[in-house]
Amino acid sequence: MKSSYDILVIGGGPAGALAAKTAAEAGNSVCLIEKRPAIGTPVRCAEGIGKELLKEFVKPDPRWISADIESARIIAPNGTAIRLDQAQAGNEVGYVLDRKVFDRELVWQAAEAGADVIVKTRATVPIMENGAVRGAKVLSAGVPADIRAEVVIAADGTEAQFARRAGLDTTVPLREMMSCAQYVMTDIDINAGCTDFFLGNEIAPEGYLWIFPKGNRTANVGIGISGRKSREGTRAKDYLDRFVAKNFPNGKTIEAIAGGVPVCRPLPCTVGDGLLVAGDAARVVDPITGGGIGNAMYTGRLAAQVASRCIEAGNCSKEAMMPYDTEWRASKMGAGIERNYKVKEYFVTLDDAKLNALADSIASISFSEFSVLALIKELIKRNPKLLLELKALKDTLS
Amino acid sequence: MLRINRDKCGYCGTCVAVCPEDALELIDAYLSLERECIGCGICARACPLGALEVVHEE
Ligand SMILES: Cc1cc2nc3c(=O)[nH]c(=O)nc-3n(C[C@H](O)[C@H](O)[C@H](O)COP(=O)(O)OP(=O)(O)OC[C@H]3O[C@@H](n4cnc5c(N)ncnc54)[C@H](O)[C@@H]3O)c2cc1C
Ligand code: SF4
Ligand code: SF4
Repeated sequence: MKSSYDILVIGGGPAGALAAKTAAEAGNSVCLIEKRPAIGTPVRCAEGIGKELLKEFVKPDPRWISADIESARIIAPNGTAIRLDQAQAGNEVGYVLDRKVFDRELVWQAAEAGADVIVKTRATVPIMENGAVRGAKVLSAGVPADIRAEVVIAADGTEAQFARRAGLDTTVPLREMMSCAQYVMTDIDINAGCTDFFLGNEIAPEGYLWIFPKGNRTANVGIGISGRKSREGTRAKDYLDRFVAKNFPNGKTIEAIAGGVPVCRPLPCTVGDGLLVAGDAARVVDPITGGGIGNAMYTGRLAAQVASRCIEAGNCSKEAMMPYDTEWRASKMGAGIERNYKVKEYFVTLDDAKLNALADSIASISFSEFSVLALIKELIKRNPKLLLELKALKDTLS
Repeated sequence: MLRINRDKCGYCGTCVAVCPEDALELIDAYLSLERECIGCGICARACPLGALEVVHEE
């Protein structure tokens, strides 16, 4: 570890790894620090990702792909299923990754590109000079040190404390925090090529329960519920335990994890003087699906590209780096988050009867695309009144 | 006072993200109260595993 770099990346998840790799490839001196002793564990993820999205960032490799997904189902409270099949889709649905190996691979690629990688090293506070971030104070295996940098990329995930301590409010409102629990279960009867999403206020209030296969008789079985529904006796773990006792009484749990997915709007600004915020720390998770791996890789890479340009031009002020914020907001990802945020705000108000009615209205359709947009368009076609309730969405549905 | 049950905690960081006071710190595999806590209980609500409890002293 040196005491000064062009770019310091905080966090060794997909956002940090892509940032460090991109920055190193552009010829910068780069340091990535990760507070945990091992990259990728414990996993805080259900590990699902669309194939096309993944391929934008890394070549798929069987070493970190647990399952190839051919179909998906959304199951309404009354059991009605909305289906998507690969055969109809004509394109490919998705993968379930093995994130322990995947995250390591991404960080390994960053190291290979020339970045220093240091684990068990936690950024405690930013080094601030005249309101600008100039690096981080860290504890490296308990030893305090200063790491200075022209630009710090905060990719510290859900905790997002670095940007917070540099003056950006990253606090997630309780109602917009998905409180999650998940078991990796084995010896269970599942359809190994199909991901299932269960909806309903009895099953997963203001969230959903998922089964993402990781092999013939193995799957991530997990749940996310809104923080405002989470109380003693009705926590994510309680709902999950109930579902598992009913559906997989003889299954074996080989891993139990917890997690929080921020489903609020993205930070109002993801740039400061000498600072860029990427991935979950920037709150760029899809508010409907909770998917954030692809968005983390996208924003991590973009942050490094903008930082590289600014370092070369000798100006890393907030103003000079604002193109990062502007570009991701205008991107397909940014527009999708904004739209899906509005859709989410509507869907969390629905009771089970309404969810059932909506599901029934589109259950017979063969979907060729399983995007939130495709589902919403079809729902509106069958339930024209929805458009009145979803007024805010009208403009974005083009 | 915030009581952390480390045997229940899954060190996921959810509580850290919702704490309005930035009082909590997830230090690789354990959670620690590092700064002043106002006892609001938001972290205890958000925790998926029920590892946190605000205890009011008599
Ligand atoms: C239960 C659950 C299920 C999910 N399922 C899916 C899914 O199926 N598909 C999907 O696309 N997304 C899913 N997500 C979201 C996805 O996991 C995240 O969006 C993704 O991991 C974000 O990547 P990141 O790099 O921004 O953050 P992370 O992967 O969280 O990485 C951040 C890293 O920063 C480190 N760090 C934090 N603070 C510091 C510090 N001060 N100093 C040094 N290091 C620090 C952390 O230890 C961590 O390793 C799920 C999330 C949860 C919780
Ligand atoms: S939310 Fe609960 S399980 Fe997660 S780190 Fe906090 S106390 Fe531990
Ligand atoms: S009780 Fe409130 S202030 Fe105290 S740690 Fe929890 S969220 Fe933070």
